[in-house]
Parts: sequence; C-alpha cells; structure tokens
Amino acid sequence: MDELLKLLQANALESPENLARMLGVTAAEISARIQDYEKRGVIRGYQAILNEEQLGVEKVTAVIEVKVTPQREGGFDTIAQRISRFPEVTSAYLMSGTYDLLLFVEGRTLREVASFVSERLSPLEGVLSTSTHFMLKPYKRFGVLMQQETPDERLSVSP
Amino acid sequence: MNASVSLRNRLNTTVRDIPRSGIRDFFDIVSTMKDVISLGIGEPDFDTPWHVRESTVFALERGATHYTSNFGYIELRRALARYVGKIFGAEYNPENEILITVGVSEALDLALRALLNPGDEVLYHEPCYVSYRATILFAQGVPVAVETRPEKGFRLTRAMLEAKATSRTKVLMLNFPNNPTGAIMSRADLLDIAAFACERDLLVITDEIYGELTYDAPHTSIVSLPGLRERTVFLHGFSKAWAMTGFRLGYACGPAELIEAMMKIHQYTMLCASSLSQKAAVEALARPETDVAEMVNEYRRRRNFLVGAFRDLGIECHQPLGAFYAFPSVSRFGLSARDFALRLLHEEKVAVVPGTAFGDCGQGFVRCAYATSLDNIKEAVKRIQRFISKPLKV
Repeated sequence: MDELLKLLQANALESPENLARMLGVTAAEISARIQDYEKRGVIRGYQAILNEEQLGVEKVTAVIEVKVTPQREGGFDTIAQRISRFPEVTSAYLMSGTYDLLLFVEGRTLREVASFVSERLSPLEGVLSTSTHFMLKPYKRFGVLMQQETPDERLSVSP
Repeated sequence: MNASVSLRNRLNTTVRDIPRSGIRDFFDIVSTMKDVISLGIGEPDFDTPWHVRESTVFALERGATHYTSNFGYIELRRALARYVGKIFGAEYNPENEILITVGVSEALDLALRALLNPGDEVLYHEPCYVSYRATILFAQGVPVAVETRPEKGFRLTRAMLEAKATSRTKVLMLNFPNNPTGAIMSRADLLDIAAFACERDLLVITDEIYGELTYDAPHTSIVSLPGLRERTVFLHGFSKAWAMTGFRLGYACGPAELIEAMMKIHQYTMLCASSLSQKAAVEALARPETDVAEMVNEYRRRRNFLVGAFRDLGIECHQPLGAFYAFPSVSRFGLSARDFALRLLHEEKVAVVPGTAFGDCGQGFVRCAYATSLDNIKEAVKRIQRFISKPLKV
C-alpha cells in the first residue's frame, strides 16, 4: 500500500507539509495525491475515533448476525445494499460460515435497536432470521486502544 | 581514632580513574525536570511486539525459571544460526560458535577480556557508544581512538586506521550502523577495512546491534566478507530490532575457540542469561520480518522529518543512514556541546545528548534520537527553532 495512505490512516490530520518531509516529496505533490485518492473514491472519508464511554454518550451498539436468501441475479449484494442504507446500520459485511451478513447497528436505547430489528430488518423480504448481540464495552476500535496509554517507562536519557 | 575508612586509595585504580558515563550525568539533570521532550533516549519507543511479551508470560507459567546451559538454550542458538546466516550472511554452528549473553554489553566485555593481555592496543572509532573505552580499559587493554568526521559521513577508512595502528595493535572494534552518528559502511568501505585487518592479522569485534535498522541501503556485515569469519567476533542482540532493551539479551558468534574462551568468563561470572528472556527471544525470531519491517519504515519517516527540519533551520546535519540517531553540528552557535545541551534543556526543555559523551571528537555535536513519537519530534523542532532564534552568546 502507498506509504502516504498508511500515514493518513494513522493520522488523517497530518499536514501536507509534514507528510512531504517524511516521504521526501513536495507538499504540492502530497496534496495532489490526496485529491486524486479522494476523487477516485479510494479515500472514502475521514472520521474522529471517539472514546464514547468517557464522553458519557448514551448509546447502544448491537452486532447482528443475519441469515438471508440470496436473490436471483443480485446474489447477496441486492439485499446487503438494501440493509446497508438504513442509517442505523454503521457497518455491514458478507460473511462465510453459519450466517450471511454481519451488521453493526447503533441506537440511543435498547428499545430503539430492538424495534429496528423487529420492525425494519426482520420483515424485509429475503431475511430469514436474525441473532442480536448487544455490545457491553469497547476495548479497541479501529486499531486504537480505548484505555489511556500506559506512561512511557523509558529513562529520559539513555546510552 | 578516626572510624572512617578511606576507600578511595584502595579502589582499583583503573576503575577509580574512569569517569561515570556522560550520559548518566546528563540523565541526572534531566530527571529532576518536568515536561521535558527527550531526544536523548537510546532505545526504541515501540513496545516489545505483543506476541513476544505474551510468550514470555506463557514461559513463566510453564516454569521456564531455571538455569539454562551456559551457552544458552540450544533452541535459541539454532534459531540464531539460521537468522544470522540469512540476515548477516555468516554461518555458525549453534553447538559451539554461539554464546547467549546479557545484552551486547556483556558480550563485548567477554570478547575483550578473552582476547586482551595487558598493554594490547584496541583500535576503535569515535564518536562511539559510551562503553567502548571503559570496557577496553577494564580488560587492561589500551584504547586507541580513531576519529571519524561528518565530511566522510562518519565512515571509517583504511587510511585513518593506518595512521593509528602500531605493532601492539591486536583488536579492531567496529560499530555500524553507528550510535551516535547513524553512519553505515558500504560493502566497498568494509572490503578496505577487511583487507587492513587481514594484512595486519588483527582480530575484529563488530557490534551490529543496529544491523536491521538501515534506511537507504541494506546493511553489510564485515563478517560476511571473505576471510573475516575466522578472525571476527560478531555481536548482536534483541534490544533494538525487537525493542527488548529491558530483557537484556544479546549474543556473540565467532570461531569455536574464541567462543569457548568467552564462555568460560561468562560461566564463572554470569552463569547464563535470563531463561525468560531467552524464551522471549525464541518467539521473537519466529517471525522477525513482520515486526521489524514496519518499525524501519516508521523510523525512516521520522529521520526524514527530523533531518529535513534541521536543514530548514540551517543546522548542519549529515544524513544518518542507519540506527535511530541524528548527529547535527551545533558548533556555529558558539557554545560547547555540553553548554548547548544544557541551555536547550533549561530554556526550552528539550533533552539532547552532548556529543562529547561519545568521545572527545563529539565536541560541537549533539545526539538527537528519533526513537520517539512524531508528535514529540515536531514539538522538539519547534522548541529548538525558538531556542536558536534567540541570541545565544553567554
């Protein structure tokens, strides 16, 4: 993978000037490459990774395993894309194994998520069954540990 | 009656006369201060890879808590024989040509003590790691420093060695990639040095602890050159490439007779390296490439950033090609290396190490380690910029 993308994945807020210095190219070239990635849809967005527990946001996240019937012509794509369009669904994956789709669904309350499952998701044509697991506590999200890093124990000067 | 016992005159005179490491001295000052950004740390800021730490816990649970062979676990020596063959290009017999030690520091001490008789001269290049001179003296050798300069990228040449060699010269010590300069030696550079060592019939001790950390050209080990294996002790360890400094684990590879001699000293003084550290090292070697490759990329980016920033600030800095140190010249500011470092510390709270900690010829330079987060490096650069934009005269 392009080293520039790796750096942006680690910190999307890094300035083009700093990126340029690290990669030994000009800042103008960095900006152009980023724009190109955005235009081509390789970079699909930038987000902050929050520690919502610390923020005290009341939120419920459920992981839902869904069994579906693949449709003629569209296969799994048609039903998966239909489900993905619900704003409550934050992530959706086609899986191998005992179920077909894995969804991450967010709501303000347990009831909100439950009603999404029973009133929106389950009645969809092609959805055979669902199995809902509520998330209790996140430890690591998007490669970032949610607890505070342990302090640097290295001596401040060493040979 | 005076109850106090005067020890000073009873101490071994060599020990008494060797000063404490200049780095310790500086650490004592830094450790009294708060909110210091340190570019003075000579160890990786990466964590030891998790699979290595996890397997150490497992080894503890399984009871790997006993003495090991004096040479070290044979499984570790076998893994090292494969690793050294592949990465450094020299074949060693794990049965009798590899010795596991407590860090490279112990291995270096063993090699010198196994080789030197009182008065034997040892050629080594400065600026260099803080322990070299002292370790030679403790082994009753005579340290002969060879000065390397930024104009030549802090590389060592045959001519420099010729100028300092005498009939008493017995050992040549090398350390590339180099701490504190970040210099490396090309294969062609090393061929010249190797020819010199062979012609003079010198023994070579090569400390290649930073061997995995080169950024623009692959590392060449002198031990891989024709005729060198039989006269060389190769030293390496786990501190840098696997960020395992606290595990204190190094090793020496060399001809069986020499390793046997080193083992005897090790056997009577150290017995063996920590069993747990050895188990951790076995795990580290199980998948070295993945761990090291990403680390190297990250260091390269930081190096580019730091050295680029120095140049933008008008601070002369030779391009370091290995290890994780930049060694910029601060002589144009009209302060000694130590005064520059002290004032930078007190006025802007940035810790760098005065070049003189690495030998007299380090005067006018400071060592800046980029083994710290990019955020720290950025902040340090900002502070250094502020520092040098003020009038600096005393």
